[in-house]
Amino acid sequence: MDVPILKQGDYLIVSIQSALADVDLMKLQDSLVKQVGIFHSHGVVIDIAALDVIDSFSTRTLQNISHMINLRGAYVVVVGIQADVAFAMVQMGLTLKNVKTALDLEEGIAILEQARKKVETDGV
Amino acid sequence: MPKSDGESEVLLQELVKYFNEKREIIRKQWIENMKVKQLWEGLTSAEIEGESAAIYDTYNECLKTNRFNRAEEYATKIAGRGVLRDMTTEQIIGGLLVLRDVYGHNLFRKYQKDESLLSSALNIFEPVANRILSIIVMALLAEREKLVRNQQEAIRELSTPALVLRERLLILPIIGVIDSIRAKQLTENLLFSIRSNRAKVVVMDITGVPAIDSKVANHLLQTVEAARLLGAEVIVTGLSPEIAQTIVTIGVDLSRIKTIGDLLGGIEEADRYLGYKLIKPAN
Repeated sequence: MDVPILKQGDYLIVSIQSALADVDLMKLQDSLVKQVGIFHSHGVVIDIAALDVIDSFSTRTLQNISHMINLRGAYVVVVGIQADVAFAMVQMGLTLKNVKTALDLEEGIAILEQARKKVETDGV
Repeated sequence: MPKSDGESEVLLQELVKYFNEKREIIRKQWIENMKVKQLWEGLTSAEIEGESAAIYDTYNECLKTNRFNRAEEYATKIAGRGVLRDMTTEQIIGGLLVLRDVYGHNLFRKYQKDESLLSSALNIFEPVANRILSIIVMALLAEREKLVRNQQEAIRELSTPALVLRERLLILPIIGVIDSIRAKQLTENLLFSIRSNRAKVVVMDITGVPAIDSKVANHLLQTVEAARLLGAEVIVTGLSPEIAQTIVTIGVDLSRIKTIGDLLGGIEEADRYLGYKLIKPAN
């Protein structure tokens, strides 16, 4: 199943609507990393608000996606982790290490805007 | 010399008849002994009559039938009174022991001329008396445990909810001893509050927590991390010197939490994080 990647100005928005099979996650990883380059995106928001369960593979893949996109020069924010899911994740020791997280899409975009402003005033 | 079953049966019937006939005498002896020991405090005459009659009849019923349902019913009823209301445990258990003594004395008086008959009578009576006492004591214990459980539940419900101090700023004051169950409740409530208030910072104050162990320290860490996944920063404030020492000694990874000495400092830090500045107008 293909996850739609939406373009919003300089940002890409990915909304994961249902539990993805491992192979679909890998496809998403591929797709995203490529598209960041094609569109010269400054940031990506990955919204997982529709997920009510998450496993260690998904967590690791999200982490990897985030790191890969960082390497390509864009910011990543993962948003919409449900309260129950967050609780389960910390209990299982699944941390999203070095991945910026936020409450929802609005917050995620605000963070990307702030990051971009910072770059413009301070330089990278 | 142990009696045969037939002879025991006859003796049992004789005892039951004896205790029924002597009911008022023995009961009054018992009431007198209790008065001397001051075990009837707080009860009216009518209540004394009622209670003593109830126990006496319970004893006789159990002796006669060798079934203890009546004792169990009585135990459940009296346990409630003993733990929560008008009778003390001392009164209940003391009363049963005094009654047992009174019964015993009467048996001695009746059978004092025949040692072997006395011995047989006691062999019939004592197991019944002991069993009744056990049943009642167990009921009292069970009632007490129920009370403690209810109080523990009440303490858990005393948790303070997360309070909105400013927009996107929550404070969570924690009071009292935290056990695993309470810690879990705390985390769930906090995550829910973060979500519904769209909080970006939470100042979690543990001034009111006397001590924590490694399990609870880990719970706190997990709370901080879960909050981070929801995009909120947690600042822990109010660590007592004892808790600070405990945390370092246990070896908790401190780089994962941000701490500040007191609530005041914590709120100032939270304001800075959110971009607020407090300006006092010049007077």
